[in-house]
Amino acid sequence: MKAKVYVTLKPGVLDPQGKAIHHSAELLGYKAIADIRQGKYFEIALDPTATEADARQSVEKIANDVLANPVIEDYRVEIEQ
Amino acid sequence: MKFGVVVFPGSNCDHDAYHVVSKHVGQPVDFIWHKETDLRGYDALLIPGGFSYGDYLRAGALARFSPVMSAVKNFAGEGKFVFGICNGFQILCESGLLPGALMRNADLHFVCRHVNVRVENNSTPFTYELQNRKVLSLPVAHAEGNYTCDDATYHQLQENNQVVFRYCDANGKVTAESNPNGARDNIAGICNLDRNVLGMMPHPERACEDLLGSHDGLGIFRSLNHAIESVSA
Repeated sequence: MKAKVYVTLKPGVLDPQGKAIHHSAELLGYKAIADIRQGKYFEIALDPTATEADARQSVEKIANDVLANPVIEDYRVEIEQ
Repeated sequence: MKFGVVVFPGSNCDHDAYHVVSKHVGQPVDFIWHKETDLRGYDALLIPGGFSYGDYLRAGALARFSPVMSAVKNFAGEGKFVFGICNGFQILCESGLLPGALMRNADLHFVCRHVNVRVENNSTPFTYELQNRKVLSLPVAHAEGNYTCDDATYHQLQENNQVVFRYCDANGKVTAESNPNGARDNIAGICNLDRNVLGMMPHPERACEDLLGSHDGLGIFRSLNHAIESVSA
């Protein structure tokens, strides 16, 4: 069992790195791209004996307490069997 | 009276802070390794600059889980003085001792130069020997100094006079051009509601000798020293 955690900046929080990447993409001619926001992605291997509900609870907690800074970031958790 | 300088793996301004306290403030000071949990006997803690834990995850994010930080929270809760500089400011925000967060500089550059900051509130233990509106020349050296917070937090900071320093020009005017990192409303340093915790991005500990280009940082350390004396008296 594996968890995937996506951490993204909250809407409205300035993302200078995403802007710089978008600008480069435009210079390279990728015209269909309207905006780029940069985030973080975590893969977490889970204890195979844990129930999915317990695993989700632990991962939600670590995402909120550690992986994301809730002042500026949102997160999304996916559990895969 | 005793100062402590908290040292994390990757701190690199710990010796500068130690030097200023021992040589220019003239008080006893210890290095405190981040595994320490007993902070009895200290009156003020300096959380120095550097790259604690290599800035992994986010600047200051992992230092918050060092054993010493629970003790630092209790220490601050007792009304004792905690002063975070640069990475120290980032750590204090990540640990919730100060509101808001420090993001990547708006122009993505690591900025390393002297800037001007204006004293916005001299009724704190860290600034009470300085004049309000006084302009200090202090060095900055950071890539994540872009202070940000939500509107509710910003209004609280304003209402409670928690903004202690703002970036300004040489004449003390707060302008967009004098803002080195895109910080909201040119905020360079803030304190908590109780005024015993201060965080700032500029480095006053690197500006205490004319040989280093400025001694404008001294007033902050002298204020803190006298604040401790008046508490202990």
